[in-house]
Amino acid sequence: MTIQQQVQTIRVRGLEKSYDKLDVLRGVDFDVARGSIFALLGSNGAGKTTVVKILSTLLKADAGAASINGFDVATQASEVRETISLTGQFAAVDEMLSGWENLVLVARLRHLDDPDLIADELLARFSLTDAGARKVSTYSGGMRRRLDIAMSLIGNPPVIFLDEPTTGLDPQARIEVWQTVKDLAEGGTTVLLTTQYLDEAEQLADRIAILHKGRIIVNGTLAELKQLLPPARVEYVEKQPTLEDVFLALVGSGAKDSATGNHRISEERP
Amino acid sequence: MNTHFFGDTAVLLGRSLRHIARSPDTIITTTIMPIAFMLLFVYVFGGAINTGAASYVNYQLPGILLITIASGIAYTAFRLFVDMKSGIFERFQSMPIARSSVLWAHVLTSLVANLISLAVVVLVALLMGFRSGAGVPAWLAVTGILILFTLALTWVAVIAGLSAKSMDGATGFSYPLIFLPMLSSAFVPTASMPGPVRAFAEHQPVTYVVNAIRGLFAGQPVGSDIGIALVWCIGILIVAYAFAMRTYRRKVA
Repeated sequence: MTIQQQVQTIRVRGLEKSYDKLDVLRGVDFDVARGSIFALLGSNGAGKTTVVKILSTLLKADAGAASINGFDVATQASEVRETISLTGQFAAVDEMLSGWENLVLVARLRHLDDPDLIADELLARFSLTDAGARKVSTYSGGMRRRLDIAMSLIGNPPVIFLDEPTTGLDPQARIEVWQTVKDLAEGGTTVLLTTQYLDEAEQLADRIAILHKGRIIVNGTLAELKQLLPPARVEYVEKQPTLEDVFLALVGSGAKDSATGNHRISEERP
Repeated sequence: MNTHFFGDTAVLLGRSLRHIARSPDTIITTTIMPIAFMLLFVYVFGGAINTGAASYVNYQLPGILLITIASGIAYTAFRLFVDMKSGIFERFQSMPIARSSVLWAHVLTSLVANLISLAVVVLVALLMGFRSGAGVPAWLAVTGILILFTLALTWVAVIAGLSAKSMDGATGFSYPLIFLPMLSSAFVPTASMPGPVRAFAEHQPVTYVVNAIRGLFAGQPVGSDIGIALVWCIGILIVAYAFAMRTYRRKVA
């Protein structure tokens, strides 16, 4: 499901943006193939959110061009909005409404038939049925993020932007979000995600681009990126469990999606 | 693009009205200050103010109604600011909806919330002895002026809500508006004020709006006051709307 398909859903060429005198983007180019997961990796302030905002028609670029499914983000903004869904850096949910009402709200705004049914189905899919009638202000961070992503899936947009989807989540909630993202890509959705966590890009992405000081400095698959460094040496190191391994092993059952194989939760102690 | 404007606005209006229904405290806190002022003016200061009118409750109510609106629109800015900060504003803007309906829903919500607050304050005034011989047309005219005044100040609130950097900034702009009726004919006849204050009081918009509403309540001819009041309200509305739209366009490309 990776780069064999030459259909580029997202095309970005020479994107530039500055705020006052601060050059945030200084010529950004990349492509994202249909149905793939593309990770934009960078530290805080690298310009990741600015790229996402330009692609989701919230911000205009100073120079360069970007298109989604062939629609130009600057001149065909409303077609682009039909195609995409944005999950921003902070869970954009309505605190005063229940989870169910949030989903119905988005379904209505997307002018879909039977918003109630759509809301019920998404609550079930994201294990939020029991909490569906509760006000979102009572939700945990992980539940909020799940609801946020559920809201983004309404109307089955072919392209989804996830801006730092797991920032601030506990390890179990992170794994849940990762599984959701993988499921999306398997279903044919093109996913552009930004992250500052290296392991997140490593786990999820078909291609990884590193955005640094307003430019993409490398862009490739994980294997390609690894070849940029000197070849691996064989060393014998005692395999200590990471704190995350320990945490997940102890908390155990909550990490439903450990079937992903991302984290080996070993029973035996070394 | 605009084919969904009315539908989208209705959906978003329903959303914010639900906010109000779930936090009725916003209506209560909006009405507490004007009611407190009304009690203070009627039962403490009122006896010492010679207005030439038979009833001081009747005399001061128009000013209190404008204070109610000025305090109510702070919540409009507050709600808009929360939407901007929480990211839900961006979510809406990235969706295939009529984009301006996001603002209009807030504006209409402001109108509904303020009309409820105004009704509460008028009820309290009735309990305190406010009486009006005004007929249905005069009441409609008063309602119309109050709606226009609310819309004008609501667009000012939209500017504040869109451009504020902090919660205090989003709501703080309303304080001067709340005190503007003090420097008008709302509570004290302007003739009793010293020169420069009087000149300001007699030429600021609140005085015209207050005089027009007072005249309508009393069943008296309102003459040129209502015309000037309307010109002020519409003028503020147009200027505030233009600035709000400019701020909005700068915020969302």
